[in-house]
Amino acid sequence: MLESTTSRLLEEFRSGDRRACGRLVSVVENEGRGAAEVLSELYPLTGRAFRVGITGPPGVGKSTLVEKLARLCRDQDRSVGIVAVDPTSPFSGGAILGDRVRMPSLFTDPGVFIRSMASRGGLGGLAMRTREACDVLDAFGYDFIIIETVGVGQIELDIASTAHSTVVVLVPESGDAIQMMKAGLMEIGELFCVNKSDRQGADRLALAIESMLGLRSSQDGWKPPVVKTVGTSGEGVDALLAALERHRSYLVESDLMSARRKFRVRVEIKELVEEKLKQKIWSRPEVDARLAGLVDEVMSESSTPYRAAAALLEFIRADSREEV
Amino acid sequence: MARKLRILMAKPGLDGHDRGVKVVARGLRDAGFEVIYTGLHQTPEMIAETAIQEDVDAVGMSILSGAHMVLIPETMRLLKEKGAGDILMFGGGIIPEEDKKELYKMGCGKLFGPGTEIREIVDFLKEKFPDRT
Repeated sequence: MLESTTSRLLEEFRSGDRRACGRLVSVVENEGRGAAEVLSELYPLTGRAFRVGITGPPGVGKSTLVEKLARLCRDQDRSVGIVAVDPTSPFSGGAILGDRVRMPSLFTDPGVFIRSMASRGGLGGLAMRTREACDVLDAFGYDFIIIETVGVGQIELDIASTAHSTVVVLVPESGDAIQMMKAGLMEIGELFCVNKSDRQGADRLALAIESMLGLRSSQDGWKPPVVKTVGTSGEGVDALLAALERHRSYLVESDLMSARRKFRVRVEIKELVEEKLKQKIWSRPEVDARLAGLVDEVMSESSTPYRAAAALLEFIRADSREEV
Repeated sequence: MARKLRILMAKPGLDGHDRGVKVVARGLRDAGFEVIYTGLHQTPEMIAETAIQEDVDAVGMSILSGAHMVLIPETMRLLKEKGAGDILMFGGGIIPEEDKKELYKMGCGKLFGPGTEIREIVDFLKEKFPDRT
């Protein structure tokens, strides 16, 4: 059951109130009471937006590119939702969310909504609830949703399963052909963007990416384009947007859009079940007490973590049988 | 689950002295808050819109230009107009005592001056939002 404050928020949200939109993002971000019900209510309204992920190492110009992409979408009269993720400090739990610094021209545009998120324990380059935040913006009616990841290294790849199209942004200094062959980041790009391409080495990097892509065993028949841009001037951003549109059409025509959606729904349900199960298990005081005993056994060297885990699993199994 | 305190640190108007706001932003981060920083030269309209989209608990204004009697009330007015009058306004910079009194009367939260320790600002915010972390 929805609480009255939440249902009032939903009502305001449906009438297009931006404050309500901001607040609902907080509700899902904080997994507050009623978050699951809110997302259920909004679910029928989602699925219309095109979700684009922008990822790449720190300082390659992701935020600047996002601003230019959003501007271009606005020129075409499309509304834009932006979710920009920055890292949470593992020491203090605090965060500086500074992606907006590169986007001031969008702040007062009624067709744009920007939400900064702290990664809060998300290790894949996104926050734990980035997908849900995108769902809220999608339900609010934004046509084009841009997700900007934290500056990533090589293996923070959650964006690939969250966005429809993932753009990997690099700069001329990003590395040579060997770097381009490595696993991880380079495998998830559906588009590649060589930003700051007014600098020396841009053509060489573009070529290295192209030849890497030539070697890539293509699973789905899409050959990722390599686009050169200069974020500060906006040069090449039109080509980037055009390439994104081509990818979108390709996804729709090849039926991959719905195949991926199906896959995502499956993953989402599994994750939700896992979370619930985890919560259910660890919130039981009996389990906690048994765990404490097993920890002591390992500490006193009368057991090992492996044996302890097996014993705890057995305990949980027996315990839940009793419950049923 | 207790939600994190979200603070917008804003630098309105034309002055470019952003050392103070950066030091405070950093200090609030180290206190475990989520701090949104948007850069220099913000208009009250930009600040109010950002506060709403980011759903912050408070807006901290850093003003060293002397324009605080215009910028702070105007931002508060816009927040109210947009249905977000509950967002706490506070600030810092070079603000004379008599102006502070006037701003407090309008409902502005604490205004900190030069030499303030970060801890004072953190304590002020924690006291205002006891249910946040």
